[in-house]
Amino acid sequence: MRLSRLSRTTLGVVTALILVIVYVPLFVVLVNSFSTSTSLTWPPPGFTLEWWQKAFQSAGAMEAVLTSVQIAIIATLVSLALGTLISLALQRFDFFGRDAISLLVILPIALPGIITGIALNNFFRTIMGVPLSIWTVVIAHATFCIVTVFNNVIARLRRMGTSLEEASADLGAGVWTTFRLVTFPQLRSALLAGGLLAFALSFDEIIVTTFTAGSGVTTLPIFILNNMFRPNQAPIVSVIAVVLVLVSIIPIYLAQRLSSDTEQKAP
Amino acid sequence: MTMNATAPASARNAASALEPGTPGASPRAGVPRPKRTPARRASVFLSTHPRTRLALLLAAPLFWLGIVYIVALVLLLVTAFWSVDSFTGEITQEWTLDNIVTVLTGSLYQTVTLRTVGVALLVTIIDVAFALPIAFFMAKVASRRMQRILLIAVLTPLWASYLVKAYAWRSVLSQDGIWEWLVAPFGGSTPGYGLPATIITLAYLWLPYVILPIYAGLERVPDSLLEASADLGGKTWPTLRHVVLPLTMPAIIAGTIFSFSLSLGDYITVNIVGGANQMLGNLVYTNVGAANNLPLAAAIALIPIAIIFGYLFLVRRTGALDNL
Repeated sequence: MRLSRLSRTTLGVVTALILVIVYVPLFVVLVNSFSTSTSLTWPPPGFTLEWWQKAFQSAGAMEAVLTSVQIAIIATLVSLALGTLISLALQRFDFFGRDAISLLVILPIALPGIITGIALNNFFRTIMGVPLSIWTVVIAHATFCIVTVFNNVIARLRRMGTSLEEASADLGAGVWTTFRLVTFPQLRSALLAGGLLAFALSFDEIIVTTFTAGSGVTTLPIFILNNMFRPNQAPIVSVIAVVLVLVSIIPIYLAQRLSSDTEQKAP
Repeated sequence: MTMNATAPASARNAASALEPGTPGASPRAGVPRPKRTPARRASVFLSTHPRTRLALLLAAPLFWLGIVYIVALVLLLVTAFWSVDSFTGEITQEWTLDNIVTVLTGSLYQTVTLRTVGVALLVTIIDVAFALPIAFFMAKVASRRMQRILLIAVLTPLWASYLVKAYAWRSVLSQDGIWEWLVAPFGGSTPGYGLPATIITLAYLWLPYVILPIYAGLERVPDSLLEASADLGGKTWPTLRHVVLPLTMPAIIAGTIFSFSLSLGDYITVNIVGGANQMLGNLVYTNVGAANNLPLAAAIALIPIAIIFGYLFLVRRTGALDNL
């Protein structure tokens, strides 16, 4: 198949147009965060830094950031441990039910968030009788973060092969020593990439969070949702939205660079 | 993995090769004989018992995913068959089909289900229509350098917060937003908040999820096949139809799984840009929260679950599931 110059150009133009559509809304939010209008008016009647100042002085927003960071850190640590264990098991062993387990890892993110959310809500409240708190959010987030760690680590394990570990064992190193000195150093950047992705995923998750957060737990996305419909809060919400994008994109960018040589999969 | 199981034996062989007269008896030159600590014994035990090793590796993650997730999902199904005491608001653990019957026969649920499925279908169609040209351009037309840049350009908004993107469309579509500003000179106006806004926003949200699998699928179509088709006289469209499309179909379907199932379960976007419209997710959320009727919420949640599994069942033979 040879594409004519015309169809190449057309495809290029269509691609460019789609990318413009993809970026315009995000750009609008960025500009609105500096706008003097409180009602999302376009074009902005004027520019001000007032909202940025207000957002950084808002106790509610700061508290929400803190809550989100705490949740994301703990959920990331849990998912790092579980994700590494499960990828070692699935990559290094062949056993009955392996496919089922790899499906099980993907399921929490493959099913719509609302199903994960209501299942966990029901599990905590009705079945276990546990009141919703910050910990129920952590458990929920860790559950769907496992897959990002899993994807990164298993790709790395696949590429590593087993020859270095075999050499280590042949030289007399035990299971732990081999893991500590041979396997882990090779996994390090994959773990960092998976961890960063997990952190970003947890940091801006909203649907599962609304179902598992106790009434006193306000993560940054919940804070945005609560304030979005309040009159005159629009500019502050725009500021927080911009911050949220920055906070999640920087770790993602780092993660992509770290694992640029691994086959990356969208979760 | 058999490597560790055979390791001690090969280590012994290596030692005896070095010192043939004293197999394993004297310490090897430069390598101290490992101490017989409990940790060492455990390590030896583990390296000769791969099944135990596997069990230890799997125990914690399976406990977590099994207990937290699978049990929760199964119990959700069970809860749908319980009821709520209308007087105390407590859940009565007695089997009843009331919720299922309500959900299946209530006109509210039927309307909302149809609306939700319609929205999900439209979103999916729009996403595929947008994703095909951009994925094709990325995979087959762009230079390597351009390809990398485009991949980043597509991936970056994927990671921007869901909520921020929905909020961004709220700004774009607002009464004096950028949409109105752009089309007003041509006599148009913003669709405002409603179902069209919901469809636009959802299509926007899931677009990267559809582009990526299709792009990956097109990447796997070897250029040599396209050249062969051209050499045999195939023009652009016949080649696309008879060579490219059949090979990328699994990838396209993989993409539709994302947009379809994510749209089915959504309730926040419709809250933000949908005006007063409700989707299945809203009904679930109201019954979990304000109405405090978890069994009914569970029964409603079974609708999207059933539809998604039905869809997965339909497409399982296309190989789409391997492209997720």
